[in-house]
Amino acid sequence: MAELSDEQLVDLYRQMCRMRAFDERIAVLYRQGKVRGTAHAYTGMEAIAAGVCGELRPDDMIASTHRGHGHCIGKGLDPKRMMAELLGRADGYCGGKGGSLHLTAVEHGMLGADGVVGGSFALAVGAAYAKRQAGEDTVVVVFFGDGAANEGLFHESANLAAITAAPVIFVCENNAWALSTRTTAVTAGEIADRAAGYGFPGVSVDGNDVLAVREAVLPLIERARAGEGPSLLEAHTYRMMLHSLYSSTGETRPADELEHWAARDPIVRLRPDVVERVGEARVDAIDEEVVAETEAAVEFALASPVPDDATAFADVYSPTTITQLA
Amino acid sequence: MTRSITMIEALNEALNEEMERDEHVLMIGEDIADSGGLFQVSEGLLDKFGQARVIDSPISEAAIAGFGVGAAIVGSRPVIEFQIFDFVTLAMDQIVNHAAKWRYMSGGQVKIPLVLRGPTLTGVGTAAQHSQAQPAWFVNTPGLIVVAPSTPADAKGLLKAAIREDNPVIFVEKRTLYEVKGDVPDGEHIVELGKARICREGTDVTLVGVLGGVQIAERAAARLERDGISAEVIDPRTLKPLDVDTIAASLERTNRLVVVSEDPRANGVASEIVSQMIDAAFWSLDAPPVRVTGADTPIPYAASLERAVLPSVDETVLKVKELFA
Repeated sequence: MAELSDEQLVDLYRQMCRMRAFDERIAVLYRQGKVRGTAHAYTGMEAIAAGVCGELRPDDMIASTHRGHGHCIGKGLDPKRMMAELLGRADGYCGGKGGSLHLTAVEHGMLGADGVVGGSFALAVGAAYAKRQAGEDTVVVVFFGDGAANEGLFHESANLAAITAAPVIFVCENNAWALSTRTTAVTAGEIADRAAGYGFPGVSVDGNDVLAVREAVLPLIERARAGEGPSLLEAHTYRMMLHSLYSSTGETRPADELEHWAARDPIVRLRPDVVERVGEARVDAIDEEVVAETEAAVEFALASPVPDDATAFADVYSPTTITQLA
Repeated sequence: MTRSITMIEALNEALNEEMERDEHVLMIGEDIADSGGLFQVSEGLLDKFGQARVIDSPISEAAIAGFGVGAAIVGSRPVIEFQIFDFVTLAMDQIVNHAAKWRYMSGGQVKIPLVLRGPTLTGVGTAAQHSQAQPAWFVNTPGLIVVAPSTPADAKGLLKAAIREDNPVIFVEKRTLYEVKGDVPDGEHIVELGKARICREGTDVTLVGVLGGVQIAERAAARLERDGISAEVIDPRTLKPLDVDTIAASLERTNRLVVVSEDPRANGVASEIVSQMIDAAFWSLDAPPVRVTGADTPIPYAASLERAVLPSVDETVLKVKELFA
């Protein structure tokens, strides 16, 4: 594989930092009561979204999860409008109707986050199939967690993708824990190996190494684009925060395990390489730009109006509601 | 001009015409391509439109429903066949949390032009898991349109309208109506969603029949006529949206409402129709509205037992006569 240019390396670093800054800021806004319900931090897992989305074209598509802010940033969504959505404002991508769990930006090929674990597998296969049938060479990536690999729909969709040769890549973010349950305690075998059962490639990769993720996903994207069908990438990673900002359940993750993974932080790992290429001053500047961008997103969101109440009744087939309003 | 054809032929014509008219229409379902479907609804479509658009699916109801949602998001107009409507339960998350909500959750960024159709086998002895369509589940799900045709002409016209609709449509068919022939207009025939059909005019009582309930209501009306009671029979055809205006206008004339539907009684389709008519036409009513429905039991196997839990012409006639006692 050709070595990355300085700017490619800088981009990967910057993207991961943008994802980290966004979710760290969301945690603060949540504690301040400005983000409702819950949100799920991607902290620690940024190498996967950066490595995968960085190799997608703008017209390629992704289906995301409840832990999806990183995917959105990777796919080119504007943090301003993401932030506005999380604060329930009119300028949010979904006009304040989706929030974190349903962030969608079709204009960027972001088909939607999904609040149902494993809910988007089939949707991704259908979108991939339909695009191909329309004569386009679009590729669809469906992100999912280790927990979702045990949903029946994963298996139905893997099979359906295989028999229809749908250009879809199943990207499993195996962060070792499904909420408070250790993945290995509830998951038979290796998730990557499940691909073999459906006759397509299954690849395992260090999900905290953005360069490795990128290298692993490239042939899978090429394969899908060439019409050779689906594949599965299992990226081993770890979430550094609790399952969700709302979590009050006791999580029993051992301290030494957290320390082990903290030492493998994808941003910390990449930084020396970037410094070596472009110098410390440039990297420091990126760190500052990212913070400033995130603050600008918060300012934009706070300045955005709350949605008009009437929009609660729009964008849905709802005959009785319309009658009641009239 | 009209032709007399079966509902199966009418559905097949609708699919054929819409697939011909719009290359974005595609079908996926179990045994629909090579064999033309368990009940031949898609017969001949594979040869005409090819396997990219007429797809034999694995037995994976959830995946094919989700596949439809994804294809719809990017511009296709999928028609999903559930081989037996009751199997829709396997796809409920994809229908309720995905098809019905995606447009709303995205703030209107996407349309979901998706039809989910299939027959229920009520009345032929296929017992509890093949015979109990519960369309009220979908009436109770915001975002869905729910259609239930009872004649070949309506089946054709409504399916064509459903395929052209940009919101997801649940299209419930009934096996025992499949081979009943009826007149279907020649040429383009579309039935607007949300418009009821007055099957028979009358002045003393309004019988609203749903799916198999239409036939029951019509037979009851014929018997009531011999006893001097003039019953109007209405088929709403679409359960959501309900054509409240047509039923309310009928109640202004008849002042009595009886709803006949084979789905279970509690929170069922008949309950919703009665509720909506109380909202819209309470002061037209001279008597309490009556529901003639399936029992709150699963469907049993034995013929006598199945008859015992389903609404009948006898029961309908009896309930109507009680209104005049």
